[in-house]
Order: sequence, then C-alpha cells, then structure tokens
Amino acid sequence: MSSLVTKVRLKQIEGLLEKGKRLDERGLHEYREIKIEQGLVERAEGSARCLLGRTEVLAGVKVETGEPFPDTPNEGVMTVNAELVPLASPNFEPGPPDENSIELARVVDRGIRESHAIDTEKLCIESGKKVFVVFVDVYVLNHDGNLIDCSALAAMAALLNTKMPNYEIKDGELKMRQGYTPLPMKNHPITVTIGKINNTLIVDPWLEEELVMDSRITMAITKEGNICAVQKGGSSYFTPQQILEASKIAQEKAAELRKKLDW
Amino acid sequence: MNEKPEKLIDKKGIRADGRKADELRPLKLQVGVLSNADGSAYIEHGKNKILAAAFGPREMHPKHLAMPDRMVLRCRYHMAPFSVQERKSPAPSRREVELSKVIRESLEPALFLELYPRTGVDVFVEVLQADGGTRCASITAASLAIADAGVPMRDLVVACAAGKIDDTVVLDLYDAEDKLGAADVPVAYMPSLNAITLLQMDGILTPEEFEKAINMAMDGCKKIYEMQKEALKTKYMVVKEAGEE
Repeated sequence: MSSLVTKVRLKQIEGLLEKGKRLDERGLHEYREIKIEQGLVERAEGSARCLLGRTEVLAGVKVETGEPFPDTPNEGVMTVNAELVPLASPNFEPGPPDENSIELARVVDRGIRESHAIDTEKLCIESGKKVFVVFVDVYVLNHDGNLIDCSALAAMAALLNTKMPNYEIKDGELKMRQGYTPLPMKNHPITVTIGKINNTLIVDPWLEEELVMDSRITMAITKEGNICAVQKGGSSYFTPQQILEASKIAQEKAAELRKKLDW
Repeated sequence: MNEKPEKLIDKKGIRADGRKADELRPLKLQVGVLSNADGSAYIEHGKNKILAAAFGPREMHPKHLAMPDRMVLRCRYHMAPFSVQERKSPAPSRREVELSKVIRESLEPALFLELYPRTGVDVFVEVLQADGGTRCASITAASLAIADAGVPMRDLVVACAAGKIDDTVVLDLYDAEDKLGAADVPVAYMPSLNAITLLQMDGILTPEEFEKAINMAMDGCKKIYEMQKEALKTKYMVVKEAGEE
C-alpha cells in the first residue's frame, strides 16, 4: 500500500464527505447492494454466498459429532473459522491465519454465539459425551471492503440453510436415519460495521474507504434490538458521543436489513 | 481461585467478592520493574498479576517491516501456562492473537507514530496470573511501560471493563462474574482527550444498558488514571532525588 496514493485519495474522500457524499455515490448510512444465495455447495450441510457490492464471501457449514466442553455438557459446539483466500486480494498471502483473519472469525463467532443464534441444547446427543459440532467456515472470495458484515451475513445465511441428518440412539450407538431437519435456530443477529473518516461516520465502508479510514466499530444486533457483540478496530479512537451515535445507526441499519432479508 | 458463587449480586447490591456495583478491585501499579527493558510496569488488578515491557523506538527487525513515514508499534499479549486454572499451552492461541491486535490498536492513538519514521516500538505483555479483565489491566500496564521508555505520548491509555451480572450493570468484573455474568464491556480510554481507543462487548445488553456500561467503565478508567500518574511520579521522584544528591 503506497502511502502517497493513500494520502491523495484521503483528500478526495474527505472533500466528498464534507458535502455528505461518497466516492461510489452512496449516502453516508447506505449499504451497498446485498445479494444472498443459499445452498451452492451440496456436499456441505449448509452453505451460502453473500455479495456486498463487489465483496464476496462463501460460507459453508459442516456438522459432525464430537465431545462437548466440560463446562457445557448438554450443549452442542459451534466454531467459526475464516480464510482470507489468496485469490480474493493481491494483499492476501497463503499461509497460517494472520491476525486479520483470526479477528474476522472471532467477531463473526461472537455475534452468532452471544445472540444464542443456534439452539445448542438441541444439539446434545448424550450429555457430557457426544454432541453435534457445527463448523462454520468463512471463505473470502473477493475483498472489496467490509469483510466483517459480508462474512456475518454469509455465515448466518449458511446456518439458516443447514440441514441436520435425522438420528436415533440404539444401545448407546448413534444411528443415522433417513431424511433431514433444519438446524435449530433461536435468533438471527445482524452485524453492522461503521467506519470513521475524519470524524464522519459511514456505514459499510468499501475498500477505498477502508484504506484511508481512521477506525471502525462493529456491532451485532439481535432480533429484539439488543446489542450482543461489539468490536472496535483500527489505529484511531472514537469519542463517547461517536460511540452512541454509531450504536443508534447500527440499530437502524440492522432493523432495515432484517426487514429486507426477512430474518 | 475456583469458588463459584451461587448469586453474583445480593439484594443489597453487594457482589460475591464484597464490592459495590461501581467499586474497583484493589490496584497496585509499579513502574520501572525490569532493568533490561527501556520501559516496564507491573500491575496487580484484583488477582491479576501482569508484567509489561517496552523496547524502542529502535531499528525494526526484520527491516522490511519498517515504514518509511512512521513508527511501527508491535504488541504481544501472552499468558503464562500457569496463569489460569487449567494449564494453558504456551503457544499463542487465537484469543491471544486477537487481544494482541486490539491492545496494539488501543495504544496507537496515544503515540506520535509519524515522528519516528523507520523505527519500531515493541511491547510485550506477560500475564502471570489471570482473574478476569486481563486485557484491560494489560493496556493500563503497557501504556505505563511505553511512557517509562520515554516515548512521547498524547496521553496515558487506561482501561477498565464494565458488565452486567444478574440484572445489574457493574464495574470491573472478576473471573467468576466474567464467566457467569450476562455481558462484559472492556473499554480503553485517554481521559484528557476524551477518546475511547478500545471497545469490545460480548453478552446481551439493551442500548440503554450499553450506554450505562460505557459511562461506568470510563469513570473507572478515570480513577485508575490517577493511580497511573502517581506510579510514574513515584519512580521519577526517586530518580530526581538521586540526581540532586
């Protein structure tokens, strides 16, 4: 990333923001077009592809059996992993996950986990011994900014698309039966990311804005309108007033997206 | 360290460890505790015991990571294997990688990065004993270590969490409250600039509770801020007196 190009671009973006405009002609609090397609990968128990403008994320869900955590013996397990696939951006390199992909996975995970999106108690097969383990793998295919919101949408859409095999327990053995049931879901969190450029708050920053923005704040909102996860990122700060403003914007945008997606 | 209270807060508003809702745990801060580091600090925040050391500004290693127009800040948050109930593998976990990143991003706004091109500052945080709220105590100690190294700062960064246990918003959660409580909101703050540099949340809060938690955490930060300044003065008063003799 050349810092000179960034500085020139920052001037241009700041100039536009002063007039309430953005490089891609969106409103300050406007999302890019969202397209979600479910069930693209037949081998996976659930899958979905989310397009947020030109940002593209594919999420796949695999359901396996495993052991529960000792402190929650009656609950199934959910894990989120994220891969910044090298084909998605010239700046992504193959190799073990870096701090950006770990943060992405953990923020998506937090939204789903803390909202109790999955009814994990219904994933218990045998208390303390055997439960269903839900693996959510987020695959970034094209990076054009705001990977967090796009990944959270893809992950939720994939979970809503997930079908679990029917099963019965015979003599302590797990037997699969014909047919499938949907993964038991309790809540549908929606994640909203807000960027700060020169004290202006913008919703859904795209790549050009991400490269110059000071910091970002991500909030996951439950269907009841409560906040279930927050993450501030970036090398700058927010004033307390800006945090409260961002919280209001996140509430509004989550409600708007929820209506649009019918979640 | 393994006691699990039945109720986290009683009818009189007294918490399982005897504190009131807006009361901090006892704190001890010490500056200049390691002789090889350019700056260092030790914090005891409740049962948390954490060491932080800062090196630099110094030449970047490896060199290709140096930035032509600014200093690079690197942070490593690490927990000792014996710091928690069940031994933790010394290899960095995903949690530690994320915390290293958010701690770095909470300290960067305090530094004049553009004044030290091509250099780096390294901050190492070792959690010797954990009792809930280690990321906040780490930030409080790390910012003291950077100040002790003589790196100019816009302000000290101080951090403290608020959260919700049962139905009450409280300050500075300890381990059991963190694990059994309803929500945790760690906040890092630069008091004289009124700037929040770290904000995370997990659990469920209404927007009103969220606002209350942030305000409570900021009030806690302001109290710790005074102790931070006192800890720095304590070290340098000794240095000054030695110089006068």
